[in-house]
Amino acid sequence: MAEKKTDLIIRFGGEGGEGIISSGDMVAQAAVRSGLEVLTFKTFPAEIKGGYAMYQTRFAHDKILSEGSGFDVMVAFNQEALELNKKFLKEGNALIYDYPGGDITEEQNIPGVHCYPVPMSKISKEDIGNYRSKNMVCMGAVAELFSISMEQIRGTIQSKFGKKGADIVEMNFKALDAGRDHVRSNIKKTDSYKMDSGKTAENTIIISGNDAVGLGALMAGVQYFSAYPITPATEVAYFLARHLPKANGNLVQAEDEIASIANVIGASYAGLKAMTSTSGPGLSLMQELIGMASMMEVPVVICDVQRGGPSTGLPTKHEQSDLFLAAHGCHGDAPRVVLSPEGVEDCVYLTVEAFNIAEKYQLPVMVLSDGSLGFRTASMKKPDPSKLRLVTREKYEGNGGDFKRYKLTESGVSPMSIPGTPGGAYISTGLEHAESSAPRYTADNRTAMMDKRFKKLDNLEDFFQPTEADYQDGAEIGVIAWGSTIGVAREAVNEARAAGLKVSALYPKLVWPLPLKAINKFIGKHKKILIPEVNKQGQLAKLITGETGCVPISYTIYGGMPFTPAMIAEKIKEISK
Amino acid sequence: MTTTATEPLKSKDYKSEVPPTWCPGCGDYGVLNALLKSYADLQLDINNTVMVSGIGCSSRIPYFVKTYGMHTAHGRVLPVASGVKVARPDLEVIAFGGDGDGFSIGGGHVPHVARKNTDITYIVMDNSIYGLTKGQMSPTSPLGMVTSTTPYGVPDNPLNPLSFCLTYGATFVAQAYSSQGKVLTDLITKAIKHKGFAFIDVVSPCPTFNKVNTFDSYKGHVEDVPADHDVTDVNAAIKLANQSRAEGKVLTGVFYQVEKPTLLDRLGEIRKKAGGSADFDVNSVINGYVP
Ligand SMILES: Cc1ncc(C[n+]2csc(CCOP(=O)(O)OP(=O)(O)O)c2C)c(N)n1
Ligand code: SF4
Repeated sequence: MAEKKTDLIIRFGGEGGEGIISSGDMVAQAAVRSGLEVLTFKTFPAEIKGGYAMYQTRFAHDKILSEGSGFDVMVAFNQEALELNKKFLKEGNALIYDYPGGDITEEQNIPGVHCYPVPMSKISKEDIGNYRSKNMVCMGAVAELFSISMEQIRGTIQSKFGKKGADIVEMNFKALDAGRDHVRSNIKKTDSYKMDSGKTAENTIIISGNDAVGLGALMAGVQYFSAYPITPATEVAYFLARHLPKANGNLVQAEDEIASIANVIGASYAGLKAMTSTSGPGLSLMQELIGMASMMEVPVVICDVQRGGPSTGLPTKHEQSDLFLAAHGCHGDAPRVVLSPEGVEDCVYLTVEAFNIAEKYQLPVMVLSDGSLGFRTASMKKPDPSKLRLVTREKYEGNGGDFKRYKLTESGVSPMSIPGTPGGAYISTGLEHAESSAPRYTADNRTAMMDKRFKKLDNLEDFFQPTEADYQDGAEIGVIAWGSTIGVAREAVNEARAAGLKVSALYPKLVWPLPLKAINKFIGKHKKILIPEVNKQGQLAKLITGETGCVPISYTIYGGMPFTPAMIAEKIKEISK
Repeated sequence: MTTTATEPLKSKDYKSEVPPTWCPGCGDYGVLNALLKSYADLQLDINNTVMVSGIGCSSRIPYFVKTYGMHTAHGRVLPVASGVKVARPDLEVIAFGGDGDGFSIGGGHVPHVARKNTDITYIVMDNSIYGLTKGQMSPTSPLGMVTSTTPYGVPDNPLNPLSFCLTYGATFVAQAYSSQGKVLTDLITKAIKHKGFAFIDVVSPCPTFNKVNTFDSYKGHVEDVPADHDVTDVNAAIKLANQSRAEGKVLTGVFYQVEKPTLLDRLGEIRKKAGGSADFDVNSVINGYVP
C-alpha cells in the first residue's frame, strides 16, 4: 500500500525542447506552493535542438542538500530516455512512459519496477488537439500517482499562463485533467511513493543558482554589470538585464570578457558597485585585468560559473576545476579572494558577501559557482534585504590635505578617492607606484606596496566566517568539501554516521585564501582527511597541501557529472577500514 | 565645486609635478602641451576629468596632468574608459594611447565604442612604431619599413585609423599633427565638446625609433582638410582619409562630425522602459520568485 514518503526524486527524460524542462519546473513550483522543499537538477545537450535532456526534481519535507543518489521515479518522454535510464532503475522504482503507438512491448516491463504506461503524446494530440500539451498530460499523471497537489499545479499554471489568456489556461487544465483521468481509469498504483502535500508555503521562493547570484548582486546594491555570454553563466546576465535598469543601474553587453572586466573596473573606479560573470574560458581571458584590479586596488566582483575545461571542454557539464585559476591565475603576485557557494541560498548570500569583501578590502573577489548549481533551482526562504550587512568602501572625503591614494596603513586598506572629490585626484595604475600613485620601482617601495596589498587578506577569516565545522567525537576521518560538493558530502556524512561510522566534516566557503585557522584545527584532529572534488588534479587538496603540508586523500571524478552522496559515503566506508 | 570666485585656470595649473618621461624631441610633448591648453580653454574641472590610458610611451600622459586618471593595461583603454563614463556621465572622460595600443592589441574594442557612440574622447598618438618596447612595427607602419622585428621590411599593409573609425560609426573623426599646437588644441577642444565618440589621430613622430616617419619627412606634407569638404558626409570622409594617406599627406582638421544618439542616451531609454527609479525595492524582484 502507498505509504508516506518524505524524500522523493522524479527524473524526467526525453528529447530537448519537448517540454521536459517546463514539466519539471512546473511540478517543482507546484510542490513549493504546497510547502515542500524542492531541489532540481538538469543536464542538457550542448546542441540547441534535439538530443537527450534530463530534468530531475527532488521533493522533501526537510531541507534538501543535493541532487541525491539516483532517482525513485522515471518519467520517459520517449524510447531513448527509457533506454538510457533503464540500467539505473532499481527494484521498487516507478516508471512512467509514453507509448505513442499504444503497444506495450514485453521489454518495457522491467521486473521489480512498477511500470505505468501513459500515452502522453496520443492523449495530447487526439484528445486535447495540441501536441505541445504533452507535458501537462504528464503532470496530471504524475500528480495523481504521487499525490502532488493538483490545486497547486493549477495555481502554477494560472500564474504562468494567465497573461496569455483564459483559453490557454483552460487548454492546459484540460490536458492536466486528461493525464489524471488516464491514471484513474487505467492504472493501478502498486509502488509505495507518495508525497504528502497540501498545505501552502509561506515566505518561500524557488529560484535558480544563477538568478540567485543576480539577486544577491541586486541586494548588495550593484549598479553596473557587464558580461559576455557563455554557458553556463549567461542567466546571471539575463537576470540583471531584466532587473538592473529598474534600479537605475546599467548593463552593458561587452564585445568580449576582457572588455567586460575592463568596463567593470572603470565603473568601480568611478565609485559604483560593479560586477561581471563568466565561465572558465572567460575567466582565463580576464586574468590580466583581475591582476590589474589587485594592483589598482579597485573592488570588483566576478562570478565564475564553472564548467568542464580546459579549452571549450564540456560546455554544458559540471566540473569544479577553476579553483587554481581563480586563486593563482595571474602573472605576478596578485591578491584576490575566492568564495564558493554550496547551494542556491549561498549564491544569494555569498554574492552579497563578495561585494562586502571587495568593498572593504578594495580587491577582486570571485564567486565560484558551477554549472549544476547555476542551473539548479531550489526552494529557499525569502531573503530579507533589510537584514543584510552591506559594506561600502572607505572613501577619501576631500578634506584638503595631501591625498595619498596608496597610503601605507596598518590594515593595507587606504581610503579611495572617487572622481569628483576635490583634492583627491590621483592616477589609478597597474604600474608599481608610490603612496601618491606616481610610478616608483625602488626595492623598498616595491616590497612595502606588495606587503600592503597582501596584508588585506590577513584578517579575512575574522571579517567573514563562512567555514562550518561539523565535528564528531572520536572521529578519525575528516571530510573537507567545497562548492556544490558540500551538499553531497553532508548527505554522505549523514549516511556514513547512520551506518555507524565516525566522521567529521569541514565546509569552507572561503576557498582562497584558505581559512587556515579552521583548516589547521580540523586537520590536527583527524588521522585521515578525505577531499572529494570534481576535477582531475584534486585542486583544493593540492592547495591545502601547499599551505599546511598535510597530504589528504584526494577523491576526484571528472566525467562531467557531480558526485552522488552514495559515492562519497562509499569512499568514507572504504577508507575507514 | 568651489563657490568662491577664483581666477580662471591656466594651462600650467593642469600640469602635475610628475615630469614627462618621453625622449627629447618626442612628438608626444606637443600633444601634452596642446591638451593642457585645451583644458584651460574649456576650464575643465580637475576633479571631474578622468584621463584613461593603455600602455605605451604615449599612455604615460595621465601622470603628467593634475586630473583624475587611470593607467590601465595594454589595449584596454577604451572599455575601461567606457565603464567610467557609463557609471558616471557627469565626468569628462578622455582616453589616450598609441597606435599599437589602440589598433593592434586593442583593435577589437574600437569598433564597439564607435558603433555604440560611447560618449568619450579618444586621442591616439600615432608614431607608426611601438615606442615603449623599442621600435617594432605597428599597425600603422608603412609597408617595407625596417624595424627591429622586420629587418627585411614590414610585410603588412598599414591600417588607416581614420577610415577604420569612420567605418564603424564614430561620430567625430579628426586628424592632427603634434607640432601644430594651435590646430591640435582646437581639435581637442572640439572633440571634448562633441557628444558621442570623438576620435583624433595625432601624427606624433618618434625620433628615437622611427627613422622613416619623421618631422623632416612630414615637412611639406601637412595640409588642412580642404575647406569644401562636407564633414557630415561619411563616404566623402572615408575617401579623403584613404586618398590623402595614399598620397603621403597628413590632412589636419575634422573629417567627419555628426550628432547621433549616444550610448548614454540609449541606456537612459532602457532605464526608462524598465521603469527605473531611485525608489526601486528589491522585494518586488524577490516576490517574482514566489511560485
Ligand atoms: C599584454 C601585453 N602585451 C605586450 C605588452 C608590451 N607592450 C607595451 S607597450 C607596447 C606597444 C606600444 O606601442 P604603442 O601602443 O604604439 O605606443 P607608443 O609606445 O608607441 O606610444 C607593447 C607591445 C604589454 N605591456 N602587455
Ligand atoms: S621611444 Fe619614441 S615614442 Fe617613446 S618617448 Fe621616445 S620618442 Fe617618444
